[in-house]
Amino acid sequence: MTDLETFRSETRAWLEENCPASMRTPMRGDDDACWGGRKFKFASDDQKTWLDRMASRGWTVPTWPTEYGGGGLSKDEAKILAAEMRRIKARSPLTSFGIWMLGPALLKFGTHEQKLEHLPKIARGEIRWCQGYSEPNAGSDLASLATKAEDQGDHWIVNGQKVWTSYADQADWIFCLVRTDNTGTKHHGISFVLFDMESEGVSTKPIKLISGNSPFCETFFDDVKVLKSNLVGEENKGWTIAKYLLTHERTGISDMGMPTPLNMLAKDKLGTNEDGKLPESMLRHQIAEHEIDAASFVFTLERAKDEAKAGGDMGAFSSMLKYYGTELNKQRHELIVKTNGSDGLEWEGQYSNEGDIARSWLRTKANSIEGGTSEVQLNIISKRILDLPA
Amino acid sequence: MALILNEEQQLLKESADGFFAEKAPISQLRELRDSRSETGFSEALWNEMAEMGFAGLLVDEDNGGTDFGVMGAGIVAEAMGRTLSASPYLASGVISASVIKAAASDAQKANLLPAIASGEKIIALAIDENAHHRPESTALKATADGDGYVLSGMKTFVCDGHVADAYLVLARTSGAPGDTSGLSVFLVEKGAGGLIVDRTVMTDSRNWAKLTFEGVRVGADALVGPLDGAFDAIEPALDRARIIVAAELLGIAQECLDRTVEYLRERKQFGTVIGSFQGLQHRASHLFSEIEVTRSAVLKAMQAADTGGDVRWFASLAKAKACKTAELATNEAIQMHGGIGMTDEFDIGFFIKRARILQTFLGDFNYHADRFAACSSY
Repeated sequence: MTDLETFRSETRAWLEENCPASMRTPMRGDDDACWGGRKFKFASDDQKTWLDRMASRGWTVPTWPTEYGGGGLSKDEAKILAAEMRRIKARSPLTSFGIWMLGPALLKFGTHEQKLEHLPKIARGEIRWCQGYSEPNAGSDLASLATKAEDQGDHWIVNGQKVWTSYADQADWIFCLVRTDNTGTKHHGISFVLFDMESEGVSTKPIKLISGNSPFCETFFDDVKVLKSNLVGEENKGWTIAKYLLTHERTGISDMGMPTPLNMLAKDKLGTNEDGKLPESMLRHQIAEHEIDAASFVFTLERAKDEAKAGGDMGAFSSMLKYYGTELNKQRHELIVKTNGSDGLEWEGQYSNEGDIARSWLRTKANSIEGGTSEVQLNIISKRILDLPA
Repeated sequence: MALILNEEQQLLKESADGFFAEKAPISQLRELRDSRSETGFSEALWNEMAEMGFAGLLVDEDNGGTDFGVMGAGIVAEAMGRTLSASPYLASGVISASVIKAAASDAQKANLLPAIASGEKIIALAIDENAHHRPESTALKATADGDGYVLSGMKTFVCDGHVADAYLVLARTSGAPGDTSGLSVFLVEKGAGGLIVDRTVMTDSRNWAKLTFEGVRVGADALVGPLDGAFDAIEPALDRARIIVAAELLGIAQECLDRTVEYLRERKQFGTVIGSFQGLQHRASHLFSEIEVTRSAVLKAMQAADTGGDVRWFASLAKAKACKTAELATNEAIQMHGGIGMTDEFDIGFFIKRARILQTFLGDFNYHADRFAACSSY
């Protein structure tokens, strides 16, 4: 047996042994996800057991180095682990902005001490992170952010406001863009800093959305002390890190994994005619058109990964993936609502799982706003790929 | 398998791109059209293509081909989409070679494939009888007669029909139009008694024809593939051809985008280049995205066809997606070029004319979206 085959059979055996049965059922939404952190209440003992067991092997972050709490796996091994988890329909043990946003940035730009301090806690789900980027007057024009950090020698005093901070009210720490210099261009003078959300002067206020849920907050900073040892990268050069992280975020948003095919949801709801076709012929046409786009997009993600592996530069291509993936997801949810007709518009009650279809549908409207709007992605494609003048 | 071109395929792409840009740019098609060329393609070009090995990309080496598979044939088709190079490549080198490989006897293969690969013989598939592609609705009758068959009926939208040396004709040997069983393929030589060939001038200025069969007699050895079983026998071959047509559509879409973006960078209005206007930038960027996504579908389908994937599903996916994107690209190209895009003097109009033909050929978007859904059991 080759090393990889051995790895596969050992991994399969370990997962069979260690993944609790209830962690092999599909998640019904964000509420079923394990977010970790100091304030997190596990939904079940199984959820905690599954996290702890996976974290003990570093498999919440399979490719991170072991000294930072990772599994130290090669890309091929990580692929096998993912495939074996899919095989038994294992849930992701930990959903975390620390893993897919801050982690890659710290690995690239952080000091050894910063990595040692923060990465293992992310890997074990002990600290939950939020992202302090957007401000009331810095949305699509993110670089015009104004949250001010005043130099006090060994620390800064931070004042200002962030908005659309995902789960800020439940997060333990924040990675935050602050302005340390306001001379020069707007991209200069931004610094990327980390601090505890329990620091004096930090407060949060959830924003109720059209879905009725409140995944985002307003976050206020009133004379918050931030140690200079918590600066990532160079002072005033945080925009580079911000961009790097956004690229990761965009790829992440566009690659949420394969959801249940739309046609299967429709068949469950509507059944099929004698000829095996969906009874609503116009809906069937719309679903087919969507699934042709969706399948082509999945192959595009595959191609992008293969090109990156072969040494190609992803660069602005991630903007295309973000644009296309989020627009597709919005369309998918429009079709899910249409498939379910009036049932899909229920807002409360057991029958509709508290209006899950309608609320999920409304949530997707933010897909093409967060992480850079669709229009910003199209701007980036124009400028950086098509080389059109600004 | 990685979803990128390997070194050999990359070389083929470079050589094809260079070859067609130099030997058969769009001006050649314009000349053929304006001179009302008898052949509708340059025989010198076709000979050179055969020398390059392009006519035998799908033919195995034992039969004189280069055996590059659907991937290779698609790469070359994409290059031809960019220059709209006219030749019997699609009819003979792609569709007929594919059908013969899938259905013919070894003796027939040995007889026909080397002639296709060398470009000596042009063979065209006669399949459609109505304005909409639907192979099972074939009504053209082949009746057993003595030790052969007699063919009666008509065919339309025959690719390179008026320059072909022989035809592969889908005919009904039993059952009724609508049945997938009861179909058979016959090889009919040009000049056969009772065969009338009418060239049809189509929007793309290429070679299409209607064929009328007035009791055309063929021998028993003209039967290609199983009697009554042609539908299943040639379907995988048609799917390979559909994927390659999708690749040509991809080339058209890409060329439309490239020409349009170049125009946006140069054309000035309101004192500045129009490419600085966000309204146009976003349209171009959206088109770019659709083309990239289409490229992945086509590439994946070409790979699947060569490695034994579910070729039906992939062919319908690739053809449907390519149809939609080519329609968008050609429409957007004209709109973003403005008035000049409407003039015959400017080349961009040639692309929309070829694209609509290829979109319709071997099943349009609706045909393949329906088939895609049926393949996925809904």
